[in-house]
Amino acid sequence: MTVIPPTSLIDEDEGPVRAAPRKLSRTEQRALAAKGRLSSPWASGLAIIIAILWTVPTFGLFVTSFRPRSEIRTSGWWTLPFNWEVTLDNYQQALFGSSTSLSTYFVNSIVITLPAVVIPISLALLAAYAFAWVDFKGRGILFVAIFALQVVPIQITLIPLLSQYVQWGLAGSFWVVWLSHSIFALPLAIYLLHNFMKEIPASLVEAARVDGAGHVKIFFQVLLPLLTPAIASFAIFQFLWVWNDLLVALVFVGGTPDVAPLTVRVAELSGTRGTAWQLLSAGAFIALAVPLVVFLALQRFFVRGLLAGSVKG
Amino acid sequence: MNSRKRRGYAAAAATGASLALVLTACSGGDDNGGGSGASASADCSAYEQYGDLSGKTVTVYTSIVDPESKQQTDSYKPFEQCTGATIKYEGSREFEAQLPVRLQAGNAPDIAYIPQPGFLKSIVADYPDVVVPAPQAVQDNAKEYYTQSWIDYGSVDGTLYATPLGANVKSFVWYSPSAFEENGYEIPKTWDDLMTLTDKIAADHPEAKPWCAGIESGDATGWPATDWLEDVVLRTAGPEVYDQWVNHEIPFNDPQILDALKTVGGILKNDKYVNGGLGDVKTIATTPWNEAANGIPDGTCYLHRAANFYQANWDPDLKVAEDGDVYAFYLPGKTEDDKPLLGGGEFVTAFSDRPEVAAFQAFLSSPEWANEKAKVTGQGWFSANSGLDPSLLQNPLDKLSFDLLTDDSYTFRFDGSDQMPGAVGADSFWKQMTAWIGENQSDEQTLDNIEASWPSS
Amino acid sequence: MDWLLHPESTGQKFTLMIIAILLFVVVMGVILFGIDRIKRAPVWLIVTAFLGPTLLFVAFGLVYPGIRTIRTSFYNAKGTAFVGFDNYVKAFTDDQFQTVLRNTVLWVVIVPIAATFIGLVYAVLIDRTRFESFAKTLIFLPMAISLVGASIIWKFVYEFRPDIGNIQQIGLLNQLLVWLGLPPQQFLLNQPWNTLFLIAVMVWIQAGFAMTVLSAAIKAIPDDIVEAARLDGLHGIGMFRFITVPSIRPALIVVITTIAMATLKVFDIVRTMTGGNFNTSVVAYEFYTQSFRAQNAGIGAALAVILFVLVIPIVVYNVRQLRLAEEIR
Repeated sequence: MTVIPPTSLIDEDEGPVRAAPRKLSRTEQRALAAKGRLSSPWASGLAIIIAILWTVPTFGLFVTSFRPRSEIRTSGWWTLPFNWEVTLDNYQQALFGSSTSLSTYFVNSIVITLPAVVIPISLALLAAYAFAWVDFKGRGILFVAIFALQVVPIQITLIPLLSQYVQWGLAGSFWVVWLSHSIFALPLAIYLLHNFMKEIPASLVEAARVDGAGHVKIFFQVLLPLLTPAIASFAIFQFLWVWNDLLVALVFVGGTPDVAPLTVRVAELSGTRGTAWQLLSAGAFIALAVPLVVFLALQRFFVRGLLAGSVKG
Repeated sequence: MNSRKRRGYAAAAATGASLALVLTACSGGDDNGGGSGASASADCSAYEQYGDLSGKTVTVYTSIVDPESKQQTDSYKPFEQCTGATIKYEGSREFEAQLPVRLQAGNAPDIAYIPQPGFLKSIVADYPDVVVPAPQAVQDNAKEYYTQSWIDYGSVDGTLYATPLGANVKSFVWYSPSAFEENGYEIPKTWDDLMTLTDKIAADHPEAKPWCAGIESGDATGWPATDWLEDVVLRTAGPEVYDQWVNHEIPFNDPQILDALKTVGGILKNDKYVNGGLGDVKTIATTPWNEAANGIPDGTCYLHRAANFYQANWDPDLKVAEDGDVYAFYLPGKTEDDKPLLGGGEFVTAFSDRPEVAAFQAFLSSPEWANEKAKVTGQGWFSANSGLDPSLLQNPLDKLSFDLLTDDSYTFRFDGSDQMPGAVGADSFWKQMTAWIGENQSDEQTLDNIEASWPSS
Repeated sequence: MDWLLHPESTGQKFTLMIIAILLFVVVMGVILFGIDRIKRAPVWLIVTAFLGPTLLFVAFGLVYPGIRTIRTSFYNAKGTAFVGFDNYVKAFTDDQFQTVLRNTVLWVVIVPIAATFIGLVYAVLIDRTRFESFAKTLIFLPMAISLVGASIIWKFVYEFRPDIGNIQQIGLLNQLLVWLGLPPQQFLLNQPWNTLFLIAVMVWIQAGFAMTVLSAAIKAIPDDIVEAARLDGLHGIGMFRFITVPSIRPALIVVITTIAMATLKVFDIVRTMTGGNFNTSVVAYEFYTQSFRAQNAGIGAALAVILFVLVIPIVVYNVRQLRLAEEIR
């Protein structure tokens, strides 16, 4: 038996690929948009103001990353148009100035990050499902307990975990970084995904149950497709946190070039005793490239009306 | 001054005899010969004492990161080539926070370069089973090439654990030789001269200030101010009182220390003297220490007290030399004969007694290594190792620092905050000095607060 | 097979990564497939299969260290002698502690509210516009930038230079003041405003999180509800207040809670920008310095436990919301 989600969810011609279900046609959407927006000059103005406030500081860093050191410390980045002095040296130095090629650190970062995103999300989805849709004793208390664990600072876990890893002979390998990142991500992931999970109308799950579907089937065939936006948004955040993490990497794999991620390299761009703003800003932008691509790539999963359709059906 | 002790090889080789003496000519390791051409061809006779260490690995954990770490690893190459050992180097700016984590978790590196004797002391106290006393070869090198005071800084309760790796000298005042020449200023020889010069600059240049200073350093904010106080305690109260103060044999808020703090305040908290090009007194607290002296080439200030390692922070196009754009003079004592010298260094501590670790530790305490390091370092390094050949130092300030360090007429004292317990030396001392400047906290309050934070045991 | 532990080449690293992911998928797949094959599997078996791995991970990595920390907080600095509540007494009687606690409360109240509010307003404003994707990226940027980057960014906002001679401002905010004819300010030094300027950095970072999650929630509001409300004559702010906000209420609670938790733990901003000086320290930063700089494990642990306690109000609030939701369902 198979559970077929309400047909209105999927355009028939898109088949089983549910990446971009679209209920409203484009013209309908546009019509709705034209009427539905808080569309007034005030609203647009406010949006633009927020966007500017949020972007200008970063833009300053971007400009700074192209300025020579002596300019950075004597004049503001906004004077650049009147005082045109730009250089690529900072990037040159940040990219190629190290004795180890930067690509090594990129590879390490990717190798660390992917499993550290996939594993906790999968585990958290299963756990969130159990908390939302399996009725068992102590469910509430267990959920609150896991949720409250979010407050445990990673720093207190370092010594107990590292001692254990040393005993297992795994310290300094990628395995323990993946494990650690997964552990640290779980409470928040479960909390967030549980929230999305229980938003799904009970009628859908009930219908599947009536059809005789077990929990495993309901999870994979009913819930998972509906949760794509939630999974995508959490994946983005988990990706960012792991990508930008310095502490976990430093403690569990260490800072040797074989295993150290990009953050370790960027943090040390300024030298033992220095604060080389120009190098650090270039390094920050190099490190930013990958998360930005990931964000843009995952954005297409935030599709309108996914859950809305299911309610109607 | 020390004569050149390059013939020390034989002595070093003899003293290292306790180590296995397996004869191997430069075995293996040809693959990494490209880095430092000069040293690659060095003959291996001086390394025979360390034996054949092919296939052995020594892990090193330090606070020294790129680009300085490149010079470190380059200086190990002859050792690696001649013994066949591999040195796995890891530098991190989080070293001080991470080393105890690793020790406690049982993940100790083979060797760590510990920059504070106080930190070494607490590690020996907390992890007596993990830290390894210096092997015989290191002890012999220490006796031969280091003064007793340096040996003491690397010892805990009379047992030698570590020898110094590099050294630094903090009793320097940076200035612009050209600006001094233009204005006819002379290098001051006594503290009074220095204050006279300060007044003269203040009078000559109302548009600038004589001094500039900055103590911001992220979560270590305040340490440059502790160096100021230590340097002045050495001058106003003398080295004996300084030692008592550092070891807490007199209270931190002793009247003699209060006098010294007032003297420091006479400069740092005097709006007439600071803070050139940066604003009022309080700006000292928020100015990054490694940017504070930019006013000297800019002409907004004339004097900046900072260690020799400040030279890494100058714009690369400035020439650091006695006839260049910037240079440093010795921060004078009360009289011309009173010459206290404040400095620091890192200590090579071992956490394993495997033969290859002992061999590498011995190598780092030898003049061969010191000279090798000098050869591959452009600027910003010297050692207290008396076997170091000063002609190998490539930078005038490094030479000057080394001269002061090895000149017997100067009384050397190690940085005090680095010797105090962590709760004071890496916490309350920094914080209270920052409040003293940034929040205009009184002299008495500042010292009382630090005294109150001294751990009871 | 040494490369399974210590891969050296890029190829080995990627192979290892793929093996790890496959291994995980296979193990989980076998468990779930097995459960699915059992007809009328008992609830406890299902719960074990879905929750078991998670509970194992969390018990090992968070609960056990947490309990250890509570124990450490009753011991002296080196963990050798039991000292009862001494560490707590020391933490609470410290002169600075009142300020630290006050700052922490300020952070935990202001950051979630401000970040969520701004994120929500922005998500609503840009919803269904043509530039939505681009507009979202702009607010999202601060989240993606590493802490090293963020600290430099804000240095060039707050940096102070005196307004004399031909010295130029290099901090944007002070330049604005100077252009307005006002004297430049030392934003990180002047109390009590300096804490607010640090809080601004966290709001700047977290608004992107709020915006992303809330935008997804807004998109989940059924079109027919919006349509019906419009027929009833709701527009603009009315629509925002009576339709949008109530519809995404659960998501709002989640966002506020998550940001509050993150804010309680954050110390990097304080650490890099003021080092806790000038009365800007927070509990998490004190915990960090005591544990890792002053090497005072006992007091550090006590401060961590205080963090655990501070989170209780947030937990209680969530439990109540959860109960309400259950009742409705």
